[in-house]
Amino acid sequence: MDLSLIIMQLLSGIALGAVLVITALGLTIVFGMLGVVNFAHGALFMIGAYAGLYLASLTGSFWWGLLLAPILIGAFGMLIELVLIRRLYGRSIDDPLLLTFGLSYILVEGVRIVFGSDGIPFPTPPQLIGVLDLGIGFFPRYRLFVIALVAVVLLALWLTLEKTRVGLIVRAGARDPTIMQVLGVDIGRVWLAIFGLGVGLAALGGVLAGPMRSVNPEMGSLVLAEAFVVTVIGGLGSIVGAVLAGLMVGISISLVALFAPEMATIVMFALMAVVLLIRPQGLFGVRGRTA
Amino acid sequence: MPKSGSTPKITRRTVLAGLSAGAALLAMPRIVRAADETIRIGFPTPLTGPFAAEARDQVKCAELAVKLVNDKGGIGGRKVELLVRDDKLNAGEAATRTLELIEKDKVHAVVGALSSAVQLAVNEVTRARGVIYVSISQSDTINEAKDFSKYTFHEALNPHMTTAAVARQTLKKGMKVAHLVADYAYGHEMLRGFKRAQAAIGADNVGEILHPFGAADYSTFMPRLMSMRPDVLCISNFGRDQANAIKQAVDFGVKQQMKIVVPVILHNQRLAVGPDVFEGVVGGANYYWGLEAQSKSAAAFNTAFKAANGGAIPTDYGAYGYSGVGSLLAAMQTAGGTDTDKVIDALEKLQYDLTKGPQHYRKCDHQSVQSVLVLESKKKSAMAGDNDLFAILANDTASDDMLRSCSELGHAT
Repeated sequence: MDLSLIIMQLLSGIALGAVLVITALGLTIVFGMLGVVNFAHGALFMIGAYAGLYLASLTGSFWWGLLLAPILIGAFGMLIELVLIRRLYGRSIDDPLLLTFGLSYILVEGVRIVFGSDGIPFPTPPQLIGVLDLGIGFFPRYRLFVIALVAVVLLALWLTLEKTRVGLIVRAGARDPTIMQVLGVDIGRVWLAIFGLGVGLAALGGVLAGPMRSVNPEMGSLVLAEAFVVTVIGGLGSIVGAVLAGLMVGISISLVALFAPEMATIVMFALMAVVLLIRPQGLFGVRGRTA
Repeated sequence: MPKSGSTPKITRRTVLAGLSAGAALLAMPRIVRAADETIRIGFPTPLTGPFAAEARDQVKCAELAVKLVNDKGGIGGRKVELLVRDDKLNAGEAATRTLELIEKDKVHAVVGALSSAVQLAVNEVTRARGVIYVSISQSDTINEAKDFSKYTFHEALNPHMTTAAVARQTLKKGMKVAHLVADYAYGHEMLRGFKRAQAAIGADNVGEILHPFGAADYSTFMPRLMSMRPDVLCISNFGRDQANAIKQAVDFGVKQQMKIVVPVILHNQRLAVGPDVFEGVVGGANYYWGLEAQSKSAAAFNTAFKAANGGAIPTDYGAYGYSGVGSLLAAMQTAGGTDTDKVIDALEKLQYDLTKGPQHYRKCDHQSVQSVLVLESKKKSAMAGDNDLFAILANDTASDDMLRSCSELGHAT
């Protein structure tokens, strides 16, 4: 098998991984900081895709959809935190899990009522239609853009968390919220922002995935399963873990597709099983944290 | 229920069961009379999941077939009722729902199921209970001797018919053909059909890739498919898988190198990804509304559907719901009721023309012999309106020669 094919395959794996990273990141941040397992994450991913499509057709530009949908849905996420999740802090981890699980049904059914259950086309932005000749093969411009955008978002997120005062508060808040309150930090506002960020990332994943797949009410359910697999492999709550595990899963799927295509879906679950056997807390997880 | 051999104990539960049985007994006379009056048709179909769009069209059309019969006074004065159940595209769910339809709702026959695995499950149940089942799934394993029974009917096209018709329009001697196939019964059957047609035409197979059923991403298969350098890529999958696979193949520039061909081109999926993506894709179909220009039955069906659905047009899979239920009701009409053996006999002798021309069930395997359409997706600028999706490349008239022979399917001839 020639090398250029393997490189092309790696590239499709990275593009696939990029969307996984973005969605898993939102899930893992919310869990790591808030201890909330957000089962509505997949539904919010789907809502993000619909919002992106709607805003894009309203403004006539994909770019407005890409920018505004995550902000809008992120704000919607804050509303969810404020009205629903907030009441459940300090209770068993099952409570927010059940709440978000129920919420996901409401969101999916809501979209079915408003937009119907058929798939809707999400046109690729005209600037990114077509393929780019990489010398060894052709690769869709849009997927290259997705890789680049995800890299930028990751960098921005890392800089914010590691280099700014806000990031410092967020990291400290995840370690010990009580001390933070004693120090006079309004931890409730931090949690609100974190939940909004997590949901915004889900929505961003949805908008990015839109032009690669058709948009439909069930598109989030598969994504939720994938995002969970990635967070479990990377370690629940670990940002670095989510990034590396997302890319690892994407590339594994891609390389397995080359040799045993019918196994392409199973491989990520196999990977998760192996990681759980060897390192139950995940690659970058903290031992002893109960989920 | 206590298992035989165990000592029956009186518990609250058994008392309650006894009481409700008593109540049921009192209510019985009315229920029995009602049961004698209405004819009930069970209709399991995947209302939720990736085939939901096709399933909902099936229900609309099945309801239309029932309504038309009821409007004319029913069958022998009896009203017909359609009992729709969501099989969730799951064989176990379908078997449970079908059993419920038979045992609890006392249906007289079952029509429906869209996916091959689900159809097999429904067929298992109906066969064991001696209830007529008219399948409208495009998989045809139930027509083979090992799964067949006298109660089993297959109204839909089958893989052999569609792939042969599509191959005739798209393949030529010496062409290189690659396959992307959903890894389950439907995909395997379509692949088998294409390979058989390919061999007959003299086209070369350059490779096949099986993909997991219900996959959302197909990008990982594209580099290898392109490295096979085929002239034609046959994508054999269904529902949203078809939309996603074609969309991503087009993103990878597949259409610049090769022609995309599908065994069955889906109306709803073409709508879901838009004209630019589907442009030039060729596939088979049982029905397309545009057939009305050359078929009176199609025109009449379109008119009736539009009248009942606020001007909407019927789709390919919708038409199956209409012809599946319609042919069964026509046979019940001839049989003068719901006596299973009489209805089977009537179905075997039935000549019907509901949507696109004459059809009949072949005696040995109860496969509906019917015309096959080959459609090509139009480019946006060539569309006369929003519904003008396809150009009809061929309309192969119904003939027994289209089918695999009875003996090949294992039936005594």
